[in-house]
Amino acid sequence: MAAVVDTASWILLLGGSFFCLSGGVGLLRLPDFFSRMHGAGLTDTLGAGLILGGLILQSGFSLNAAKLVFILFFLLLTSPTATHALAQAALGAGLKPQLAPEEDEA
Amino acid sequence: MFAATMAAIMVTVLLALCRALAGPTVWDRLLAANMFGTKTVLLIAVYGFLTERPEFLDLALIYVLINFVGQLAVLRFVQSGALAPPGEGD
Repeated sequence: MAAVVDTASWILLLGGSFFCLSGGVGLLRLPDFFSRMHGAGLTDTLGAGLILGGLILQSGFSLNAAKLVFILFFLLLTSPTATHALAQAALGAGLKPQLAPEEDEA
Repeated sequence: MFAATMAAIMVTVLLALCRALAGPTVWDRLLAANMFGTKTVLLIAVYGFLTERPEFLDLALIYVLINFVGQLAVLRFVQSGALAPPGEGD
């Protein structure tokens, strides 16, 4: 039983690290501010969720698990709000998203 | 396992720092700073498990909220040049 929980925790932690890394790479390599927000949002939700899920499995049914649930709850509550405020401010300041070039007819 | 996760989070933080230094607009830098803060929260939590000291979880819990409030304050400042609408306060 402990081995199953350990393995599941390993998988969640490594999956979370992978998504954090891909979000970081996306932040660097994507061409436009609004597409970079996808990369940052990926790390905040999937990366953080999987890593904290792995830590919750590690700590069993205790006060530490409750604190980790609170951390996850606050992260999921505040990071979309901050992202939305940032996007709204950027749009209000006149930053335009980079769209695909117009297709020629026929 | 915690060491591998911490290494991955630190590499992500390094990537966010590169974007913060190179970002052509101020919004890119704000985005990278926000991501730096949320990765710091994860780093503190994983480090607490690495060193078997569960007190670090309280620090992580506080820093989520501090990061959010700080991010909104800097955003308000960048957006309007002042932290409060003109005419408020003394």
